[in-house]
Amino acid sequence: MLLVRCPWCGDRDEAEFRYGGQADVDYPADPHQLDDATWGEYLFVRANPAGSFDERWVHTAGCRRWFSVVRDTATNEMRPDIPRRRESR
Amino acid sequence: MTSSSNPNRVNASVRAGRIDRTRTLNATVDGREVRGRAGDTLASAMLAHGDIEVAPSIQLGRPRGVLSADCTEPNALVQLLDGDCPEPMLPATEIELREGLRAETLSGVGWLSQQRDTAGYDKKFVHTDVVVVGAGPAGIAASLTAARGGARVILVDQHRELGGMLLDGQADIAGHPATEWIGRAARELAENEQVRVLTRSSALGYYDHNYLLVAESRTDHMAAPPPSMSRQRLWHVRAKQVVLATGAHERPVVFADNDRPGVMLASAVRSYLNRYAVLPGREAVVFTTSDSAYSTALDLLGAGARVPAIVDTRPEPSARLVEQVRAAGAHVVTSAAVVATTGQHRISGVRVRGLDADGSLTGWSSEFSCELLAVSGGWNPAVQLFAQSGGAVRWDPVVAGFVPRLAGGSSAKVVGSARGTYDLAGCLAQGFAAGAEAATLSGFRTAPPPVPQVDGDRQGSRPRPIWLVPDESRPPERCTEHFVDLQRDATVADMYRATETGMRSVQHVKRYTTISTGLDQGKGSGVNAVGVLAEILSANSPGEVGTTTFRPPYTPVPLALFAGRTRGELYDPVRTTPMHRQHVEAGAVFEDVGQWKRARYYPRGDEDMHAAVLRECAAARTGVAVQDVSTLGRIEIVGPDAPVFLDRIYTNGFAKLAVGKARYGMMCGADGMVLDDGVSMRLAEDRYLMSTTTGGAAKVLDWLEEWLQTEWPELDVYCTSVTEQWAAVAVVGPDSRTVVGRLAPDLDVSADSFGFMRFHETVLTGGIPARISRVSFSGELAFEVNVPRWYGQALWEATVTAGADLSITPYGTETMHVLRAEKGFVIVGQDTDGTVTPVDLGMDWAVSKQKDFIGKRSLSRPDLVREDRKQLVGLLPTDTTTLLPEGSHLVEPDVSRQPPVPMLGHVTSSYHSAALERTFALGLISRGQQRLGDVVCVPLDGRDVEVEITSPVFYDPEGVRRDGPAKG
Repeated sequence: MLLVRCPWCGDRDEAEFRYGGQADVDYPADPHQLDDATWGEYLFVRANPAGSFDERWVHTAGCRRWFSVVRDTATNEMRPDIPRRRESR
Repeated sequence: MTSSSNPNRVNASVRAGRIDRTRTLNATVDGREVRGRAGDTLASAMLAHGDIEVAPSIQLGRPRGVLSADCTEPNALVQLLDGDCPEPMLPATEIELREGLRAETLSGVGWLSQQRDTAGYDKKFVHTDVVVVGAGPAGIAASLTAARGGARVILVDQHRELGGMLLDGQADIAGHPATEWIGRAARELAENEQVRVLTRSSALGYYDHNYLLVAESRTDHMAAPPPSMSRQRLWHVRAKQVVLATGAHERPVVFADNDRPGVMLASAVRSYLNRYAVLPGREAVVFTTSDSAYSTALDLLGAGARVPAIVDTRPEPSARLVEQVRAAGAHVVTSAAVVATTGQHRISGVRVRGLDADGSLTGWSSEFSCELLAVSGGWNPAVQLFAQSGGAVRWDPVVAGFVPRLAGGSSAKVVGSARGTYDLAGCLAQGFAAGAEAATLSGFRTAPPPVPQVDGDRQGSRPRPIWLVPDESRPPERCTEHFVDLQRDATVADMYRATETGMRSVQHVKRYTTISTGLDQGKGSGVNAVGVLAEILSANSPGEVGTTTFRPPYTPVPLALFAGRTRGELYDPVRTTPMHRQHVEAGAVFEDVGQWKRARYYPRGDEDMHAAVLRECAAARTGVAVQDVSTLGRIEIVGPDAPVFLDRIYTNGFAKLAVGKARYGMMCGADGMVLDDGVSMRLAEDRYLMSTTTGGAAKVLDWLEEWLQTEWPELDVYCTSVTEQWAAVAVVGPDSRTVVGRLAPDLDVSADSFGFMRFHETVLTGGIPARISRVSFSGELAFEVNVPRWYGQALWEATVTAGADLSITPYGTETMHVLRAEKGFVIVGQDTDGTVTPVDLGMDWAVSKQKDFIGKRSLSRPDLVREDRKQLVGLLPTDTTTLLPEGSHLVEPDVSRQPPVPMLGHVTSSYHSAALERTFALGLISRGQQRLGDVVCVPLDGRDVEVEITSPVFYDPEGVRRDGPAKG
């Protein structure tokens, strides 16, 4: 049972949350401009690193807010997300 | 009690032990009476009687006896016959004796009782600063220091009293017997309100972020527990810091006939003598690889036993120890090993041979008679919890054991013999230091106290483990009586067989041989198996072989404890509508839809479901029928951007929907697959009321929130679940207009004034405020009447009364399913399964060509425009009475039935229809929309059922019934 830090509610048990997968996979501004392969990448392809991973959680049984954290997938060490860097994408 | 009933009990003047000699307890094992003392375990009471032998072994039926005094016990496993529920496979070494206890010993397999377990099981959820696991000297020291610093401490120990292995020895701390130090510490901890001491408690699991599960046994030691007391409690503990003082387990030695009753761990012999005042044998050979068993020998000698020999694998054991035992009357045989045991059942003698530097047998041999062989193959630090929490272990050749690798992985502090520190002063020093550090890191700055003076403890010198004592006559691959895992009857020969099949990994060998898969999960056998494997593979050390994975639970636990109170009616929350009582009174049969109880049908007299549903369907198509639809999910969507938002969420348009009107909407995932559907009403320019499927309400709200928060935070929209705020009934059928007209006298319900997909707010008879909409999930004229939740019963009452003269018929979900299927209306989750698009359902009309929406881009992906996609169709069995089972496969009629038979699709919904007077079905089938009129087959019970593919709309395809009879 992970201890997840909700930015609004504090440290809570993992059971209060739902996992939201990789963070910062932005919905394309205009999906219809994308070819099938690029749209397929958006839909289906996610990173799966052994190590640092930016990921989303939602506090479903609490404040219902979404947030991002950085988790080491090998050790489950979690720390707050760094601000999004949209310009680098 | 006479000494004849407890011949092996040692006089109190020799050993007081931790027992109460004034209290006799009577128990029965295998039908024989066992009289023990308060403080005994079942095993110590049996040994006091002279009963060392238990049930024979699991595979080979060999005689077996008590081996250990702890949770590593492989042989003395019993089934409890008294108590709430006969519990199987408990080690007799861990069962506290109580009056009236009845048990039978088991040959490695227990039996499940047919009796229901009526005992209570509870759960506790707690937070603390420091958890200390193990109340031996190191654990007590850590708890004392952390608690003195002000930290909240939970101390967990498996046994009834604190002390751990201190209780098995005879050491002094600060000039007094260790038991006095323990007693003072126990009082100090008990008096500190910040400290909770959980005795008779096993830390089962140690998970991420310092989360531990602890099973506390509360009543098993009582002859007559208070009726209100739960038998066990499962503690869920979240700690800031964890100190593991889990101790170490002694391992046996692998030699020929090492399983004979009377072969016992040296530490167990010492424990029985010092803790329980039981001398398991009067003539005992000690066979050891390290110093610790010398204490056993000295204690045996001190209690008056004869020790014919101490057989030590090492060429040069500590001269001081050798001198000590010589002075006490025993002699040490060095560079030697026990190579065989003799005896009918119980051991009567051993044969000893010399060992050379390589571990091969030398020429000389010697024989000793004995009734006990105390063996010590060395010690295994109890690293199970440490490893569970992510810590790695390494082989330490100096202590000859796997010890925690302290850097990285686990955040726990490991102290004492759990990390291979076996001297008492070292254990205390590490405990004090870890307790202080844990308190400091939890915010309570603390310094460790000085370590008190320790006497009577023996410093260890380097051991010489021997993994496989050679057989005198057979090569190792034929050592079929060298037991590695007694509980599994697995031998060295079995391990050779595993490696001869090519296995090298300890994980594979474990599974092939079943070594370490027993009740103790390898606590006794695991490291010996690693050592033997290292020998077989000529590895340099057991560290090269490594260990198997340590998984929870640390000790076996009844599943009832995990269930706790969440069984029977409390298994899952039950949601009922305000009208539930009325459905019960009407004789409804209910079904579970998510957590909701929904009326499935309302049988009358002897009706079965089939008959009831035909009657209910006929009422809805020809008269009037009523259903409780309060369970539908409802979400209010409010804000200036609500129209834009719904346009993006739904496949069809909602921004242009006029206030006062409703529209059916469908939503898809980004992958274009149908997610949910329902009717949404526009209550005001900036306010919609969305309805969802009963089961999909929570999921849809999550879905809306996810898009609002993570993709479109600029949209000014709020979503609120209002499911629980409304009660609703659907009034369906040609006579529904009459009934609703009577219910809502102020409302003009004529077809002209109250059009389809419109809603009006009004006040019902009796002053009930209501919102009435004209929606239909049956194709019939229908109204949905929504009222505030607390008027639900009144609404049902009023509706049934208003329709009484028209024979208004309550109907359930089964009839609702039939009615909608006759019209080809899909149920998301029944006719769809996450691989179905709106286009596959033939619902292109609900897919906007103008605006974008979630999933639209996907609908043009190559895979979603494939011509052979499965599409929704109607299915009519040629035989009008055959009901196709839902899920049936659809295949071509003329293909071979030799598997694999190409599957075209499957049946998603299937019913008897009153209106069609026949059976019918919906299904998904490849190219379905081009195959109308084709006949395909459903293989069913060895025969083929012919089925015609049709349009999914079976009833009233023109839709003329929607507005009811012409004159309203």
